[in-house]
Amino acid sequence: MTFFKDLQKLLGQNIREYGMYIALFVIMAIFTVTTNGIFISSRNISNLINQTGYIAVLAVGMTLVIVIRHIDLSVGFLSGFLGALAAIAMADPKVISGGLHLPVWVVIPLVLALGILAGVITAFLVANLGIPAFVATLAGWLGYRGALQLVTAGTGTIIIADETFNALSNAFIPDIPNLDFLPGKHKLTLILGFIAIVLLVISQIRDRKTKQAYNFEILPADMFILKLVFMSALLAGITWIMAGYNGLSWTVVIVLTVVGIYDFITSQTVLGRHIYALGGNPEAAQLSGVSIKKITYIVFGSMGMLSALSGILYASRFKSATTTAGQLFELDAIAAAFIGGVSPAGGIGKVVGSLIGALVMGSLSSGMNLMGIDISIQYIVKAAVLAIAVIFDVATRNRGK
Amino acid sequence: MTTPILEMKNIIKEFPGVKALNNVSFQVAEGEIHCLVGENGAGKSTLMKVLSGVYPHGSYSGNILFGGKVQEFRSISDSEKAGIAIIYQELALVPEMTVYENIFLGHEIKSGFTINWNETVKRAREMLKKVRLDVNPEEKIKDLGVGKQQLVEIAKALSKDVKLLILDEPTSALNEDDCENLLNLLRDLKKHGVTCILISHKLKEVIRIADSVTVLRDGQTICTLSAQKGEVSEGALIKHMVGREIDNIYPRRSNKNFGEVTLEVKNLSAYDPSIGRNILKDVSFHVRKGEIVGFAGLMGSGRTELAHSIFGNPDGYHINGEMFVRGNRENFSHPQDAIRMGVAYVTEDRKGNGLILIQDVKQNITLANLREIARRGVVNNNDEVKVGNEYKGSLNIKTPSIEQRVANLSGGNQQKVSLGKWLFVKPEVLILDEPTRGIDVGAKYEIYTIMNRLVEQGMSIIMISSELPEILGMSDRVYIVSGGRITGEMPIEEATQEKIMQKATN
Repeated sequence: MTFFKDLQKLLGQNIREYGMYIALFVIMAIFTVTTNGIFISSRNISNLINQTGYIAVLAVGMTLVIVIRHIDLSVGFLSGFLGALAAIAMADPKVISGGLHLPVWVVIPLVLALGILAGVITAFLVANLGIPAFVATLAGWLGYRGALQLVTAGTGTIIIADETFNALSNAFIPDIPNLDFLPGKHKLTLILGFIAIVLLVISQIRDRKTKQAYNFEILPADMFILKLVFMSALLAGITWIMAGYNGLSWTVVIVLTVVGIYDFITSQTVLGRHIYALGGNPEAAQLSGVSIKKITYIVFGSMGMLSALSGILYASRFKSATTTAGQLFELDAIAAAFIGGVSPAGGIGKVVGSLIGALVMGSLSSGMNLMGIDISIQYIVKAAVLAIAVIFDVATRNRGK
Repeated sequence: MTTPILEMKNIIKEFPGVKALNNVSFQVAEGEIHCLVGENGAGKSTLMKVLSGVYPHGSYSGNILFGGKVQEFRSISDSEKAGIAIIYQELALVPEMTVYENIFLGHEIKSGFTINWNETVKRAREMLKKVRLDVNPEEKIKDLGVGKQQLVEIAKALSKDVKLLILDEPTSALNEDDCENLLNLLRDLKKHGVTCILISHKLKEVIRIADSVTVLRDGQTICTLSAQKGEVSEGALIKHMVGREIDNIYPRRSNKNFGEVTLEVKNLSAYDPSIGRNILKDVSFHVRKGEIVGFAGLMGSGRTELAHSIFGNPDGYHINGEMFVRGNRENFSHPQDAIRMGVAYVTEDRKGNGLILIQDVKQNITLANLREIARRGVVNNNDEVKVGNEYKGSLNIKTPSIEQRVANLSGGNQQKVSLGKWLFVKPEVLILDEPTRGIDVGAKYEIYTIMNRLVEQGMSIIMISSELPEILGMSDRVYIVSGGRITGEMPIEEATQEKIMQKATN
């Protein structure tokens, strides 16, 4: 049976890559059973993604930071601080002293720019002054924590009134009105999901054709079709679940856009190659014409920007900025990256993996909450999952390609 | 022949897709110096890793008899207990620790729960005397030269009551004096009953010291030659190693046409702020189109520092002086400027700063010139595979696929990947720093042939080498570097080993 042999070979060679998808699938399946299907309900999945969004974007940025052999501990409180600044900037001066009453479309780019600035400051400390990132960002952790308490000292929690801002983590994309097929399903979501599947199939077939034209090795036809069917079914399933509640949330749109852009940059561009080369061997990369400084600035700058985005999503989710916002986000993001297969030694790790890692963590919280498991046990279970993920990673490191 | 202290029988070791050792049998007599030679990838290092327990019992098939007993080593500490010590090419010393701490690292002398430092220092002195190394045991390893560090490694092995000492390429990083010193020491140890296995690519050295030589090729034992019976000669070794005869190690180049000056350096001086002294003083030289210029000198004479200073100064030296590329004054502030102007640099230390070992062959080859296969910053993956295959073919890189991680290739093939990476930059001036260090005769010949082909096509090559025969065999003109200065220049017709050594040591 060549079919099963081929399948075994395909899985064997790519076990590292597929491992975390399988893990996520297994975790979701277990919770679906233990919660009598509540876990996989449209409403719960939708909530789960909205709660994971602000960690996922941090994990994406953290992936690159760890790939270039650094770490960033400041991102949690930075996101909390920037979320508070956003809240103040939008607030009515009559309610909150120092409020600027700026429109949301000014505030968001402004806060993102401030995030980049914060990242650039870290990069300056690391790349120009040669301070280890652990220490430099530990200073940031302290500093932004203080800054967050300072700006919220007078008011405590700042309530955000802006509807558009709050929609980012709570609302859904609009539906096309007056379509009367499939009642109760979100039609635009279904259409978008369908378009995504079609685009996926077209791009895979086109890729296969170019590979054939170049005479490169390709998957056997039956494996290729199996892969297409599997991926399409997965997309269709997710779309169906989403469409059953309120459709795609804005958080999903934002996270997917961020992951899409970062995945493209890291896997397809010169910049991405330079980042991984630097992580793999800094000296060799420098002697090959890669500018270590430039890459360090870009990676920390992007981390700062994503911290700001995370702060915006979090503040939006709770429609307010609190004095402890962002606490421990950095460790959740780092854990998500490691579960997603990022190597602590640098040079290895994918942003999509970190997204899956964040979803694994999010699913564990959501599933165990539904089951009513005590928070103390939840931490212990998460600890085990993190350890198992890294053990799996180490054990499979030298297999396959 | 006396009784064998070591017998390895029918060893088979497989890695996914390759049989690294295919039924190898290997015998070492007690008290002899036994050399193990073979091309890179022949299986020498793998065989020694099987012996020392790096590949534990069960991961290979076959038997190991040591001291008359069947051994099943599960780790290095097992083989150490049995009296086998192995010293690798890359030294395993802790630079920030002292000599005596390093010698007893891992088997500290204790009284009760604490380390007995007085006894440690005393015993360290004895060990240093045994290896005839005259240094203060309180000195830090980082302050010693490579040759002395090597001796410290041997002292460390001796402190563990070693019966069989394995040295993997011990002289590849040593200068002539240190080499001589080491060989004498091995003879001395032999008198004291230590058996020794020496892996080496330097055949002259093998001929001088070996009692017997085993040749491996493609994971198989080809033959064992005995010095007593007069079977060991350079010709015989090369023949068995490559499976054919090579008449001339240095291939001839037919037409020598030198064109315009491509790179010229005038009065270059460099100061290294990290060590606080001048490393280059008033260096001037030039290289022409179609010319191979050799840079001879001892280890530490400043040749690599010179290459780094020209190539965009990645180490942040303070540099004075002028540089001209094709007659235009240039000032490279980063390696990427140098690359853009058509200068390429194949580093001396391919694992340390040459290659990205965790990435695959094609990614390494395209790294320095990604723009060539990218449009608006987006890399064309298919073009990349094409480029990878082109260089795999033209440089004869032996790898199952260009998607193989470079870490899994042999030294000679890694060097070819490194060369391929810089040829893809399409340079006019190619700086080669120790281009054949630690690689075998066959691969050396291939690299020399490639060099000749390149200069015939009009490239300029600067070749830094510590091997005088290589300098004499390949260069058209020679500069000699000593103490950060150029102490001599001569056309190849006038150059001899003696003249070069004299200028290199003044």
